[in-house]
Amino acid sequence: MASNAEPEPRSLSLGGHVGFDSLPDQLVSKSVTQGFSFNILCVGETGIGKSTLMNTLFNTTFETEEASHHEECVRLRPQTYDLQESNVQLKLTIVDAVGFGDQINKDERQAAGRAARLVSSLSLHVGRGSNSLPECSALPAAPDNDGAVCSYRPIVDYIDAQFENYLQEELKIRRSLFDYHDTRIHVCLYFITPTGHSLKSLDLVTMKKLDSKVNIIPIIAKADTISKSELHKFKIKIMGELVSNGVQIYQFPTDDEAVAEINAVMNAHLPFAVVGSTEEVKVGNKLVRARQYPWGVVQVENENHCDFVKLREMLIRVNMEDLREQTHSRHYELYRRCKLEEMGFQDSDGDSQPFSLQETYEAKRKEFLSELQRKEEEMRQMFVNKVKETELELKEKERELHEKFEHLKRVHQEEKRKVEEKRRELEEETNAFNRRKAAVEALQSQALHATSQQPLRKDKDKKKASGWSSIYSVTIP
Amino acid sequence: MSELVPEPRPKPAVPMKPVSINPNLLGYIGIDTIIEQMRKKTMKTGFDFNIMVVGQSGLGKSTLVNTLFKSQVSRKASSWNREEKIPKTVEIKAIGHVIEEGGVKMKLTVIDTPGFGDQINNENCWEPIEKYINEQYEKFLKEEVNIARKKRIPDTRVHCCLYFISPTGHSLRPLDLEFMKHLSKVVNIIPVIAKADTMTLEEKSEFKQRVRKELEVNGIEFYPQKEFDEDLEDKTENDKIRQESMPFAVVGSDKEYQVNGKRVLGRKTPWGIIEVENLNHCEFALLRDFVIRTHLQDLKEVTHNIHYETYRAKRLNDNGGLPPVSVDTEESHDSNP
Repeated sequence: MASNAEPEPRSLSLGGHVGFDSLPDQLVSKSVTQGFSFNILCVGETGIGKSTLMNTLFNTTFETEEASHHEECVRLRPQTYDLQESNVQLKLTIVDAVGFGDQINKDERQAAGRAARLVSSLSLHVGRGSNSLPECSALPAAPDNDGAVCSYRPIVDYIDAQFENYLQEELKIRRSLFDYHDTRIHVCLYFITPTGHSLKSLDLVTMKKLDSKVNIIPIIAKADTISKSELHKFKIKIMGELVSNGVQIYQFPTDDEAVAEINAVMNAHLPFAVVGSTEEVKVGNKLVRARQYPWGVVQVENENHCDFVKLREMLIRVNMEDLREQTHSRHYELYRRCKLEEMGFQDSDGDSQPFSLQETYEAKRKEFLSELQRKEEEMRQMFVNKVKETELELKEKERELHEKFEHLKRVHQEEKRKVEEKRRELEEETNAFNRRKAAVEALQSQALHATSQQPLRKDKDKKKASGWSSIYSVTIP
Repeated sequence: MSELVPEPRPKPAVPMKPVSINPNLLGYIGIDTIIEQMRKKTMKTGFDFNIMVVGQSGLGKSTLVNTLFKSQVSRKASSWNREEKIPKTVEIKAIGHVIEEGGVKMKLTVIDTPGFGDQINNENCWEPIEKYINEQYEKFLKEEVNIARKKRIPDTRVHCCLYFISPTGHSLRPLDLEFMKHLSKVVNIIPVIAKADTMTLEEKSEFKQRVRKELEVNGIEFYPQKEFDEDLEDKTENDKIRQESMPFAVVGSDKEYQVNGKRVLGRKTPWGIIEVENLNHCEFALLRDFVIRTHLQDLKEVTHNIHYETYRAKRLNDNGGLPPVSVDTEESHDSNP
């Protein structure tokens, strides 16, 4: 009899060194051999500096071609890289949302808005000191459902697809989860255009859709176009708008004392205003990554100039593991729960029936298969019936035709017979006529002989003539 | 939530083959800090470890477990009753403790099996044990299959089973062989020669060789299993352990004596003190290092990735033996391919 008597576990003190404090090391070394995967999704308008920022963050040049502005719909472009630092191998996947915010709406206001946006992005390239074209943010404020849906829908679908893949693997009977290459998006960097005023409606809508699926870290891109005071106001405005719209961005965790303090400080600096650059400029006597302008040099790693260092700290050096865990334990579980409920499964209540999931799945599958079979049978039956019917019809027709043919034949025979009869009659008549003709001719010749003698012939002729007529009158019926 | 209405989704873009970027790194990124982050996280959540001891009574199981974890973890100590009657059937008693060392918290559960091999008729006495192990897998599986599941599923699966071999000096008994044959497929078995201080060095090595041979002849795969060696390094390391050290000949003791000015755990006999942690005297230190210091995590992983998955696959494949579940059929949805 198995009795799982498990009283509350007591705390014991150890009499000496046992050695299981090496357990985290054992765990970590296992993970190191397996390698880690980290997936970043970059969402932002074309040309806002996503690829440059990635290059700057990871100190390398990822081979990406510049995206065109003419995409029909947002396309997600994932690229995987194997990075290695000391003994850690990282499988980094960067997913780019190409074409985000570029779609024209049928609404003509949008066309103007897009033109304005293009101009503004061009001017940002040039790098004017103050923020330009305030009208740009006003125009797209009009709700543009078509344009927005086309923008965020592919992103949401991509994220869901990754969850779906993982779920499928998890539900398999023979599965290998520890080998599985995790493609779920761990963090979404949302690039906000540095207008200096407020968030665009597209931004709000997109972030609202994404906040329950992925960890969102909003960042202000091309921060060197905003001055410090404007930046401060902009940040407050943005955070205010996010809160009032109920968008849940990723909060750096503050439960672990070691990192609580630094995380809390960083939380207050959100959204980070970053500048990306892969060019190096000599400042003082060091080569640093910076952007050189005629009026000065913006250093990427200088905390006074931009928040890049903070972003790197938070994203990679402090919270990478937490981001992965949140994705798995919160966002993925949510997706899984919704998906399974939608498929009609429900948790067993209380009186544990084991495998309600598996059972219901099996039952549904059987149902579905039997449904399929039934339909197939039906179709086959229908087909057979139709064939029979057509066969009958054809037979009918054949029979009819045959009859007709017979009928026609008979009629034809009849006619033929009649015609034959008539012909015979006619023949007889002709023969009779010929005979009489011959007789008459003979008589005539005799009469001619006789007329050479006497004129009494006229009487004879008359007689003969009358005799002819009397003959004729006799013979003609 | 309304987004999860089923509608045709476009096929996701297939990720390109990973590009390997290695020595171009211009500066320090900080990727290797993930190790630290992970370590901190696991230390915060703590670990579970469940160890089962199986063997005839009187072989020193409880003492050994106490010695392994340097505290009174075994059931005998907890229940304060050294003169318990030997039970008539195999019982399974699990006792949990929380121990902490170096900031690492471990919830240790020791599962004892009193009554194993003690009857006259020991037929099928491994069945309750196998049943218990499968029950733990079942519990875990049920939790995993839930729709709203816990963040951390409590792990009660048996990670390691120490099987105590009686030091007869001759060979394995049929009961030993039967037990190990049945259970090596569901749990990690580590065979241990108990009370090794009754054998001389030659007897010990001969006995070990004979035991190893018998295990091999009978096709019993004890931990570390050959088939799960991941790479060459593992293989050579494990081969060495498999062919030379296992089964470990151990001596357990929870009493301390003074030897050469040091206090050591040992057994005092008229002809000397047997030091438990002295490698010349017995192989306890090897066992302890093997189980705790180097292969603890691996034991858990093999249990989770292999034994549990085997159980799960088997369970999901054959639905026979399950009580029929009455499912109220809603509108039929598309089945999961």
